[in-house]
Amino acid sequence: MNGMTMPHPYPGRLIVVEGIDGSGKSTQLQLAMRYLQARGFQTFFTEWNSADLVKAVTKKGKKKQTLTPLTFSLLHATDFAHRLVHNILPPLKAGMIVLADRYMYTAFARDVVRGVDRKWVRRVYSFAPRPDLALYFDVPIEVSVQRLLAGRAQLKDYEAGMDLGLAADKVSSFKLFQTRILDEYAGITREYGLTRIDASRSIGEQQQIVRSLIDDMLRQYQPELSAQETVA
Amino acid sequence: MKNLQYLSHKMPYLPDGPSSGKLIVIEGTDGCGRTTQSFMLRKWLEIQGYGVLDTGWTRSKLVGQAITDAKEGHSLNRLTYCLMYATDLADRLEYQILPALRSGFIVLADRYVYTAIARGIVRGADEPWLNDLFGFAVIPDLVFYLRLDVRDLVPRVLRSGKMNYWESGMDMNYGDDLYDSFHAYQGALIEQFDNMAEKNDFVVMDGREDPDTIQKQLRRVVGEYLKTPTSTAVAG
Repeated sequence: MNGMTMPHPYPGRLIVVEGIDGSGKSTQLQLAMRYLQARGFQTFFTEWNSADLVKAVTKKGKKKQTLTPLTFSLLHATDFAHRLVHNILPPLKAGMIVLADRYMYTAFARDVVRGVDRKWVRRVYSFAPRPDLALYFDVPIEVSVQRLLAGRAQLKDYEAGMDLGLAADKVSSFKLFQTRILDEYAGITREYGLTRIDASRSIGEQQQIVRSLIDDMLRQYQPELSAQETVA
Repeated sequence: MKNLQYLSHKMPYLPDGPSSGKLIVIEGTDGCGRTTQSFMLRKWLEIQGYGVLDTGWTRSKLVGQAITDAKEGHSLNRLTYCLMYATDLADRLEYQILPALRSGFIVLADRYVYTAIARGIVRGADEPWLNDLFGFAVIPDLVFYLRLDVRDLVPRVLRSGKMNYWESGMDMNYGDDLYDSFHAYQGALIEQFDNMAEKNDFVVMDGREDPDTIQKQLRRVVGEYLKTPTSTAVAG
């Protein structure tokens, strides 16, 4: 179970995006998926916190505010393990390109800011395969807040870190909480060699960089025959 | 009074501080009479004036029901199986066990990390990973292990009519029928418990003895332990 340090043995490819809320990572991943599909590749998309197994539990725990940093961390790890076995490994084994909106690095950043032991959370996720390309969308906190407030009226309690009691209002709490997460991400980026992308640049500029990184990564990739047939 | 000690990874946000309580764990395979013993021990301790909190496997408010549901739907893999049990224990640790220990209660745990680790190993999970995963738990003061061989266990479980899917390890495809599977699965579990008992100095009890005899022995060991104020914790 030392997946994080070794390349995975599967024929597929795993691309992950990381970054705080409002960094634009989901938009970039969506555009990357369009690009890959247009080139005829088989893609599979997966996102953080979506497995039915623990969805109801997490929702209930958040609503009743009974989640502790430790149970919050463990529920997300459970969810991740479920998705890994059901959603990520099968397409990787089948030779597809898996696109993950957030990966274990999200847990390393968030859970540690909430007070979970840094080494422990890394050990918990040691069953996860290392991505072939991990992109970190680095954004200044002000930019992220502007984007989020422009896009929707309310910040959610947990993404604002309201459970930590850092500030009484959500916007201030969000800034303080996400700034700490940015610090953790900086360390994680060095530790795991994530590729940093300046997320304050325009969507088009970022996507160009993303696509050229994907092209480099796919050089050795041998897709399934059915996918190759449709390549223009 | 001593500070609480953790198996390997204390969560930084949990407060340090002395605890006057004691954590007593009763482990043993399915059907060994653990729950009966725990119940009798609680009554005895309360008669002597000790505050007792009992806690048991999958009894957390947070995920107890979710584990039952997931097992019924057979939707757990070996990773999520271990992680769900860890979540259950973490919830009980923070909401029941730690507060009770800090308030001077005797916490009686019907199963603890050792059950989860044994079941995980038997299902093919990595042992060092399991030890780290459950490293957030406090080190118990006493661990009793009610030991039974598979050949003694089988008739008991059959008599009680409870040879169920999970206790027989049917998720592991050991064999088509419950008996073969139960035998292989419980045998593998007992082997893990035996290993852990040796490594961690469990107090091993012969589960073939009649319940009253076992209870007498339990009370003697617990009684002596509680009398010694400088007693040290069992190593993790």
